[in-house]
Amino acid sequence: MIAERPLAVLVLTALLAVPLWALAVDEPFTITLATRAAILALAAVGLNIALGMGGLVSLGHAVFFGIGGYAMGILAYHAQTYTPLEIFGLSIEGTKSMPVIWLVATLVSALAAWGIGLLSLRTSGVYFIMITLAFGQMFYYFAISWSAYGGEDGLSIYVRNGFPGVNTLVPIQFFALCFALLCAALFLNARLQAAPFGLALNAARQVPARVETVGLNPVRLKLVAFVVSGAITGLAGALFADLNRFVSPTMFSWQLSGELIVLIVIGGVGRLMGPVIGACLFVTLEHWLGGITEFWHVFLGVILLLIVLFARGGLVGLLTGKEGPHV
Amino acid sequence: MSDPILATHSLSRSFGALKATDNVSIDLRAGEIHAIIGPNGAGKSTLIQQISGVLAPDQGRIELLGEDITRLSTVTRARAGLGRTFQISALAMEDTVFENAMLGALGARGNPWSFWRAAKRDTALSETALAALEQVGLAEARDMRTADLSHGQRRQLEVAVALTLAPRAFLMDEPMAGLGASGSKQMTGFLDGLRAEAPILLVEHDMDAVFALADRISVLVYGQIIATGTVDDIRKDAAVRAAYLGEDL
Repeated sequence: MIAERPLAVLVLTALLAVPLWALAVDEPFTITLATRAAILALAAVGLNIALGMGGLVSLGHAVFFGIGGYAMGILAYHAQTYTPLEIFGLSIEGTKSMPVIWLVATLVSALAAWGIGLLSLRTSGVYFIMITLAFGQMFYYFAISWSAYGGEDGLSIYVRNGFPGVNTLVPIQFFALCFALLCAALFLNARLQAAPFGLALNAARQVPARVETVGLNPVRLKLVAFVVSGAITGLAGALFADLNRFVSPTMFSWQLSGELIVLIVIGGVGRLMGPVIGACLFVTLEHWLGGITEFWHVFLGVILLLIVLFARGGLVGLLTGKEGPHV
Repeated sequence: MSDPILATHSLSRSFGALKATDNVSIDLRAGEIHAIIGPNGAGKSTLIQQISGVLAPDQGRIELLGEDITRLSTVTRARAGLGRTFQISALAMEDTVFENAMLGALGARGNPWSFWRAAKRDTALSETALAALEQVGLAEARDMRTADLSHGQRRQLEVAVALTLAPRAFLMDEPMAGLGASGSKQMTGFLDGLRAEAPILLVEHDMDAVFALADRISVLVYGQIIATGTVDDIRKDAAVRAAYLGEDL
């Protein structure tokens, strides 16, 4: 048994140690895998705020991942073709600057989350799952038919975007950026959880009627959680696109939304390190088992079954000996 | 006579052909406990849901401190000063006793939009929460998980959360529900003192508690108030005896 805080330090140290080791033995692909894990973890940390704290089973979080991806793709595309982006009668220059792209990705995702949340939160339970899935599919098919930005084929960005003072083309440096953002998101998550907002949201998940009775609006609390959640997942999307230097409609796919939920459930719903442990395990399995058989999802399914049946708190629950929140 | 704190005027609500609330006018005055009794299916829950804002009445008005609150949401009514407790404890079971009381304190402040500083470091908030827990005698259990509380303690916590709001009127739905004889006696003693803080509209099945506490009693049968009066009036009322109480009272 291990307490939650040492576990966080341990997991993050391990995630940092793997690419450093890979650097020492010159295994750049392992650094890319670790970066992929850190980005997926960031996306899942975002989802975990809605799912774990707010009890919102969103099967459409790929929407925000995709928006983040396309925010990067579109801005970088206009920069690499030297054509301005014409929108709402404005002519905007493209950019290859990561901080600007991150800001745009986060803001646009937050705005989308606000709109989707406003409509979806009128429902709950299965209907909420279905309506978020429906939004996901809408964005997916929109991206497929959006021929200006590659349609079904997606968009390739030839050179990774830049960050002041960092050579992002060096894998370990790009990893460092992703890892820093993951740590920042985890810190934000921990603060939110302990803050009055987290307290109220936690109660809104369990007993909305009680929250109303003390004069607070549970739907509004959940909406804010959904917006923060979408913004973080959107940021992860921008990083993911930069990792692959490629954006395509699959970033909007419902399978991705599902995988995010699965890796959170495996790691531990509503637990700070749940998404990180889940994402690391997911990427490891995907790489190792994926090399052996293309049906590696079967093994993931078995693990998910075992967790759901015997360890409701996920791996974090097993490791800390404490069951997490019920969603 | 002073103006009532809480009042309903000709409140009616039907479900199909069933008149669950039929022209109900009751009022709650400062410093009193006004009990509403009635057999099962008399419409007590429907009435309480309309007063708390869960259910909209078909006709009639509800006033709190002279203001019409008929069309306000549950949330706005709570902010206007209506403190409700539930028949079946509605508490965040995974959270500690203290956290549940903190939620009430947060509601009293009316602003949950604080995202950075830890809630437990917010002294104003925790003082409100602790004071309410002390008042109901739960301060010792503050760090217990709510799910681990006894039924009686949950009833106490239910009242404590309402207390944090410092409401102008309490609306209590069977606070004695499921309490044993001693628990019921303890709660009776507590509510007895509480009426000085704010009047209580009490829906209750426990007749011993009602007769011990109530300044006035209204009897609800088939959605209608058939009698309102002091404990003695109600005991003597022939219609009440016939409809509800049984001859041994």
